[in-house]
Amino acid sequence: MALLIVQLLTGLANAMFLFLVASGLSLIFGVTRIVNFAHGSFYMLAAYLASTLVTALPLGPSSFYAAVILAPLGVALLGGLIEVCLLRRIYRAPALYQLLLTFAVVLVIGDAVKFFWGTENRTGPSPPGLSGSVPILGQLFPTYDLAILLLGPLFALSLWAMLHRTRWGILIRAATSDREMVGALGVNQTWLFTGVFVLGTWLAGLAGALQMPRVALTTVMDSTVIVETFVVVVIGGMGSAFGALLGAVLIGVLQAFGILWLPREFHLAIVFILMAAVLILRPWGLLGRPEAETLPPGGAVGLGAGGRLRAPGWVWAGVLLMAVALPPLLPAYYVWVLVEILALALFAASLQLLVGTGGMLSFGHAAYFGLGAYGAALLMKRAALPMPAAFALAPLVAAAAALLFGAFCVRLSGVYFAMLTLAFAQIAFAIVHQWYDFTGGDNGILGVWPSASLATPVRYYTLALLAAAVGLGFLWRVTGSPFGYTLRAARDHPRRCQAIGVNLRAHRLLAFGVAGLCAGLGGAIFAFSKGSVFPDYLSMPMSVQSLVMVLIGGIHALAGASVGAAVYKLLDIVITKYTGYWQAVLGGVLACLVVAFPHGLVGFVQARWTRMRTSLG
Amino acid sequence: MVETPLLEVRDVWKAFGGVQAVAGVSLTLPRGEVRALIGPNGAGKTTLLNLLTGQLACDGGVVLFKRERISGLPPERIWRRGISRTFQVTATFASLTVLENVQVAILSHQGRSRDLFSRTGRLAREAALDFLKRVGLEDQAENVCASLSFGDLKRLELAIALANEPELLVLDEPTAGMAPQERMDLMALAVTIVRDRAVSVLFTEHDMDVVFAAAERIMVLHQGRVIAEGTPRAVRDDPQVQAIYLGGLG
Repeated sequence: MALLIVQLLTGLANAMFLFLVASGLSLIFGVTRIVNFAHGSFYMLAAYLASTLVTALPLGPSSFYAAVILAPLGVALLGGLIEVCLLRRIYRAPALYQLLLTFAVVLVIGDAVKFFWGTENRTGPSPPGLSGSVPILGQLFPTYDLAILLLGPLFALSLWAMLHRTRWGILIRAATSDREMVGALGVNQTWLFTGVFVLGTWLAGLAGALQMPRVALTTVMDSTVIVETFVVVVIGGMGSAFGALLGAVLIGVLQAFGILWLPREFHLAIVFILMAAVLILRPWGLLGRPEAETLPPGGAVGLGAGGRLRAPGWVWAGVLLMAVALPPLLPAYYVWVLVEILALALFAASLQLLVGTGGMLSFGHAAYFGLGAYGAALLMKRAALPMPAAFALAPLVAAAAALLFGAFCVRLSGVYFAMLTLAFAQIAFAIVHQWYDFTGGDNGILGVWPSASLATPVRYYTLALLAAAVGLGFLWRVTGSPFGYTLRAARDHPRRCQAIGVNLRAHRLLAFGVAGLCAGLGGAIFAFSKGSVFPDYLSMPMSVQSLVMVLIGGIHALAGASVGAAVYKLLDIVITKYTGYWQAVLGGVLACLVVAFPHGLVGFVQARWTRMRTSLG
Repeated sequence: MVETPLLEVRDVWKAFGGVQAVAGVSLTLPRGEVRALIGPNGAGKTTLLNLLTGQLACDGGVVLFKRERISGLPPERIWRRGISRTFQVTATFASLTVLENVQVAILSHQGRSRDLFSRTGRLAREAALDFLKRVGLEDQAENVCASLSFGDLKRLELAIALANEPELLVLDEPTAGMAPQERMDLMALAVTIVRDRAVSVLFTEHDMDVVFAAAERIMVLHQGRVIAEGTPRAVRDDPQVQAIYLGGLG
């Protein structure tokens, strides 16, 4: 009994941190309608900053408290700067670009932390006056956690008072429920947005700084906390500060007791299962309000002609010739690079079908790539199938998962769709990551090599090329088929499409299955080229990579995805040669793409080409 | 000759929150009749149409089409039974060409929407061009629909709505936002197209000139109820209608 109570208190203490971070994210979303991926990065940055300030400030014991106050302020200032310089440009852009821009910030801050503080884990100092433990029912409970438990409700109350008793708070609430109305009232929206962003960032920073003495500071804090925060906010209801409190308490307590009672495989998955359940039953969250989603034309990705890249025939012939003739002349290393590009091209092109053609903003596409890879590895290692059979069947594993997850996802749209795809990918990731007996957990599965007859680089490359040609050809065919056109129609105007006899959910689900199948094929190619599979293949950064590749190539061009994959991989190779900060460079590239070339490289070239031809002819 | 009505609506209700938008509407529409549904703003016209075509679900009552119950069916199933519609805010597929807009609708009618392998280009092309000819848009066939003028978009939507050879055409303010002469032309076009196929039409409209020119019968909706129904002349002369709605007309 005593153990349970202490466990409950620990869960609640964790919930207080989640609440601070989540209420910030929720406030920002409520007013700006941006789901800020970089929120977790501000949390991490504040924790590191605070740990440095504690030692740097010449204030003796009280420097700890000064640091906890100063670090969040510094981070909030940075948040304001980012809002003014970057986010302000894209409030009217489709959701995809907003999410990717905030992700660019994630990458840059992530590498900045590595640059300034290194990659080794750090531990913060214990808080003067609050170190040690107090006995509760015979169990020891950290004094600092007790202080947090008292502080948490105080913050919740102040936040409530701010939102309900000040003019500014009332404006925030008004903007959350009806943005046009606030604009019509003559409020300066620009500064309201900036103010809310600074406040939200400050809350994240405060949580990070307060967390500093409790946990080891690591460079993956940002993604851990942002994923948990998404879960909290989605469960509680986007835009609802009290939803954030409810969600945080639910998740905190669930995690605390999950560790006690559930088998290890489910520890990570449990919160995502709860999130998926909430999204299915109440898509707008427990305390959120259902909103008539007013998506701009083209939904979450914007309009585009899509589907057809009208490159002249000699370009295609040249690419094909090079793909066949060049590899035997290349060193083995580059042949493997080409194999990887083929795998990534399938991964990206299958996502393009969903995001570009279908307007479905999937943030969990790595699940199907990863399950293809794991499917191949498991079929060979656990079911003892010969390698070619495992290779051929693996895409079906991914397609089955895509149909299963998709069946729930297609009920939603916009950012909620994105959230649910992310949740399912995280469930898959968590299970693969922790089911040691079957998947090998984070040790992965080793020795996944092609059969002897395919084992030379060029032979395996030939197999990969054939498989990719089949997969990409299939996607190309699907895009130009009645199914593909109808999918675009459903993206352009869902209601109209329904009123010409199209069952939207069934149609989108089929697209999900097709995309899963092709991503799985990419995963299978990838698995045998690396000789091993790891849970990373299903992770969130991997999902975002696929989006980046699609965006580099151009969201509305199928061929763009392959170009995007190639450019991405080559950039990766070149840049990692010169700097260890590949992520920061990628973030910079991503930000440029979103702000300057929203139609991607291929889209850009396509537009130039058309213009040139019209001016010549 | 006793004919079964094409559409029969029995005591249909719909409320939004505390507002009773449609309060017990009943109507029967014979085959081939062109009927206008008029009433002041907020009378429940669009809501009633949405109930008939499945965009909204009824709180109570039934809708029968060719004697079969269609209330409770999703929009796509109702469309397959032979009821097509246009929307008050023009709804077309902005990234597709004019021709492709119609092709997609025809292919759906042919049950080929989930065909994954055929090339769309030539499929149903002739049929689609034929529909475009009927509404006078054949010259615009290859243009992307986002580049069309407002009036042309309205025509395109009409062509899309005709693609399943409907027996009942539901038009929600088909001429809203157009210039007066354009309005008469478009409605005249719609009526000509449906006449030789004995298609019934149920349309809402604010322009009384259009209503009296096109409709064989008129129904007046007020606060969610039908307050009058009859020939244009009878409705125009109905004192209750004059009091509530038509005011200074005629």
